[in-house]
Amino acid sequence: MLTFNLLVAVALSYVAFLFIVAFVAERRAAQGDDAWLSAPVIYTLSLSIYCTAWTFYGAVGYAARSGLEYLTIYLGPSLVMLGWWWVLRKLVRIGRTHRITSIADLISSRFGKSTALGVIVTLLCIVGVAPYIALQLQSITLSFAVFAGEGGAVWEASDLNSVALWSAAGLALFTVLFGTRNLDANERHHGVVMAIAVEAVVKLAALLAVGIFVVWGIGGGVASTLDRIETSDIAHWEQSGGRWMGLTFLSAAAFLCLPRMFHVLVVENANERHLATASWAFPTYVMLMSLFVVPIAVVGLDILPAGSNPDLFVLSVPLSQGREGLATLSFLGGFSSATSMVIVATIALATMVSNHIVVPIWLRSRSQGAMMSGDVRAIVLMARRVSIGAVLALGYVYYRVSGGGGALAAIGLISFAGVAQILPVMLGAIFWRGATRIGAAAGLLTGFAIWGWSLFLPSFGEDAVIPMSVMSQGPWGIGWLRPQALFGIDGIDPLLHATFWSILLNAAMFVLCSLISFPNPLERLQGAQFVNVFEHSQGARAWAPNAAQAEDLLIMVQRIIGPGQAQSIFQKAAAAQGKEGYLPDVTPEFVQSIERLLSGSVGAATAHAMVSQVTEGASVSVEDLIAVADEAAQILEYSSKLEAKSAEQERTARALRDANAKLTALSIQKDAFLSQISHELRTPMTSIRAFSEILQDGGLPAEAQRKYAGIIQEEATRLTRLLDDLLDLTVLENGQVVLHPQEGMLHDLLDRAVSAAGLRDGGIRIVRRKADEGVSLLTDLDRLGQVFINLISNAQKYCDAKTPELRIVVHRVAGGTVVDFVDNGTGIPPAQQQVIFEKFSRLGDHARAGGAGLGLAICREIMERLGGRVSYLPGQGGAAFRVTLPKPEALAAE
Amino acid sequence: MAKRVLLIEDEPNIIEAISFILTRDGWTVHTHSDGETAADRVRQLPPDMIILDVMLPGRSGFDILRDLRADPQTETIPVMMLTARGQTKDREMAMRLGASHFMTKPFSNAEVLEHVRSLVEG
Amino acid sequence: MAPPPGQPLFLARAGYRQRRLRDALRLLPVFGAILWMLPLLWPKGSDEGYSNGNALIYIFAVWVLLIGAALLMSRRLRPEGAIEEAEDADR
Repeated sequence: MLTFNLLVAVALSYVAFLFIVAFVAERRAAQGDDAWLSAPVIYTLSLSIYCTAWTFYGAVGYAARSGLEYLTIYLGPSLVMLGWWWVLRKLVRIGRTHRITSIADLISSRFGKSTALGVIVTLLCIVGVAPYIALQLQSITLSFAVFAGEGGAVWEASDLNSVALWSAAGLALFTVLFGTRNLDANERHHGVVMAIAVEAVVKLAALLAVGIFVVWGIGGGVASTLDRIETSDIAHWEQSGGRWMGLTFLSAAAFLCLPRMFHVLVVENANERHLATASWAFPTYVMLMSLFVVPIAVVGLDILPAGSNPDLFVLSVPLSQGREGLATLSFLGGFSSATSMVIVATIALATMVSNHIVVPIWLRSRSQGAMMSGDVRAIVLMARRVSIGAVLALGYVYYRVSGGGGALAAIGLISFAGVAQILPVMLGAIFWRGATRIGAAAGLLTGFAIWGWSLFLPSFGEDAVIPMSVMSQGPWGIGWLRPQALFGIDGIDPLLHATFWSILLNAAMFVLCSLISFPNPLERLQGAQFVNVFEHSQGARAWAPNAAQAEDLLIMVQRIIGPGQAQSIFQKAAAAQGKEGYLPDVTPEFVQSIERLLSGSVGAATAHAMVSQVTEGASVSVEDLIAVADEAAQILEYSSKLEAKSAEQERTARALRDANAKLTALSIQKDAFLSQISHELRTPMTSIRAFSEILQDGGLPAEAQRKYAGIIQEEATRLTRLLDDLLDLTVLENGQVVLHPQEGMLHDLLDRAVSAAGLRDGGIRIVRRKADEGVSLLTDLDRLGQVFINLISNAQKYCDAKTPELRIVVHRVAGGTVVDFVDNGTGIPPAQQQVIFEKFSRLGDHARAGGAGLGLAICREIMERLGGRVSYLPGQGGAAFRVTLPKPEALAAE
Repeated sequence: MAKRVLLIEDEPNIIEAISFILTRDGWTVHTHSDGETAADRVRQLPPDMIILDVMLPGRSGFDILRDLRADPQTETIPVMMLTARGQTKDREMAMRLGASHFMTKPFSNAEVLEHVRSLVEG
Repeated sequence: MAPPPGQPLFLARAGYRQRRLRDALRLLPVFGAILWMLPLLWPKGSDEGYSNGNALIYIFAVWVLLIGAALLMSRRLRPEGAIEEAEDADR
């Protein structure tokens, strides 16, 4: 016979074992050897805290009372895990990207880091979960009582209370030791996770062992156990559809929203891939947990005396068969269920309480609240430890106040319904950008109020909190406010009634208030990042403090002011710090300058928010912040993109137009040139032919003969000159020209050119400043002279001023010595300045031209050969050409 | 009375050649070398026929021809066009505008005479 | 080592498979919910009602089916990065 002391010894040994497991896991993790700690199987097992003592013991009792309905508690979570691609994947990504520490943090962070929402969710969770913790304490004491009862001793209430008290104290110690060892940025607790994984194995093994014993040891195999079910009180399918669906929904919602589930699912998740494994492994786990529930219930009902508590069949059936070892294992399974749940729930709640209530109050109580200093870490850890103690104390007090009676049994589902109030807001938070802080608060408070009024408060029993009269007639006689018949709709199952109305009105208020309220910038920022988490984050990135900051800043700044400018600013900043590359150290000065820089683009407030997010390494990653600036910057970006685009298009179009105009002009010029060549060739030939025939006809006086022969000669010379020009140009263009460098003085060359240009009397007047012309030359003087002659005779031909004048100005510029030929005519229109050096070009009317429009083309070719330049000089009044003289070395290089 | 020919041409040597040929044949030759004022000169005279160069300073021969054909006073005067460009599109253009004949430089003196005669007398 | 000529085609196909696999993953819970709600259509009561034994077997059979499907899919599912790469190669 197991004595009470022995049982206590077993329990204590087990706890000691868990301490060792947790301790070893922490040690291994601290040594960096956490690969096996982060295995998918550990993750899956840690999820088993869903199965508390309530389900470990209670499922059998549930089945004994209500048939298969207990299964819904497992079906909901199974569906959630099977559908991980929908919600969990996103939650986990958000949790990792934004370093979410709890479900309250998720809601608060999403809605613009709202302190109020954090407090609301935290309080909701405490009210919903503290009774649940009390339930675990109760199950531990009850299981002790079963053994005591077996031994013939009936325990006093004080004994049970002391068991509960000591259990609570032990759990507090464990949780404080392993839950608040450090303040990890990732909020992971290897020791705790490892311990609950071990406990998961123990409770599954225990339940399976009892089940196998029941089916094969007592029931006589599968077939006869099924027969036994057929003949039992719960043989028939009598399930209410509403409860079946409602409870499945409720358990699914609770699976996502329970603080402890959120903690293990999201916060403790080491790798998103683990979800894929857990998607089938966790349903397998809960399936096995529920596999033998009905057989145990049926056999218990069969062999135990009527009136036995079916909630404890898991213990009492083996005990009744004298299987003390099996009963002890079963006890440990239940103990594991209770402790693992309490530990994680306490950590999760304590984190919420300290982060969302204690620390904000503490910071506000200090004058310079925002100034974070080193001692904050210690404060936070202390707050957590105190919170853990407080949460467990609350559970214990609840247990004592409620009297540990039947009222507690229902608390599981009531608790589910309470935390399920977070579901609409949570889903809205991750799928709907339009969800606002106001809407979330309205929804949560509405749901919380209806749940409290119609389910939680009545659960304390008739007349305990809500008087009978109110239950039956409503407060102040307002019938439609009766807690279990809201809006006058009577006769629904109270749990369904409360769940339906609370969730419905909660969601309605959430949506409605979101639609009519307007989010502040930070909300919109966070909303965009949460909802679009997959677009913005390429997998979760580890936080690497320094180098990443500079680069993150660079990325952010680039996205706002453009890569070119951003890179040059960063490069300059780095250079000023004596560093190479684009990444300076993130000094306060640098940050300040970047902030100022950005405020020019996005406004000071946003810039501050963005920069401080990056530099403080808070829960927001940079890409997200930028993408967020979408809201403001997208429009900005869009319109500037449009502008840039149209500007770009305009540039391209202009270039095309220019090119086209040039081509068209050239092709017209080319046609004109061919006509011109034809004209230039045929005109002298016409004269030559006509006078040849006249001379042939004879009968002319000698004077006329001479005159006409002279015309023939003149025209023949003109033909030759034209052909020479064409030839000259061809030779120059083909680069076949041979240069003959000579030394000489510029003024001599100009003298010769002016006289060779054959200026007529009364023609153009040449203005020179001989003092400037003392430049010695070493080049092909004949070719350079040819250019000068061409330019002078062009001026003579084309200058349309009444008293034409050509100024020849020699001066030095940056590129060397230049000779400008500026006349006082109307000059060349801009459209034609582009083509005058083309070889087929010819300006305006042919009549005044002596040549075929080859002169300038030839000049250009010559100057290129000589290593100088000739160009049109716009804006000089008349037509102006600038000859840049070749440099001596340019020629030497030839 | 000798028939009057108006020669509108800007190349001095060609003016001299054609004047010589026609004068020798008994025509009275008037010359004009500016495109812009050529039409006025025609109305002022008016000649029995016109020899008109295409490429003239100020105004092209085609434009002058178009003016002459639009004016009842001058629309019937035979016009022989001369061009040194020798492109078929110039010939088409001349004929479309109502030229009586079109000649490409260089030409034979006899050819000029023959066409001048046939245009005035035929 | 250069990829064999057939590689892009293979990747495109793999990318396509991955997408359909995700569709299936999304549908799995819907499918499961419908199957688990089906017993509500069964006749109730002690006379002609279905037995809980059969109901139990049905529900667990669905469970095993869903777990098997999820197991197969999670095995075939490649990490998201790899999928995107495959799709990029396909473009």
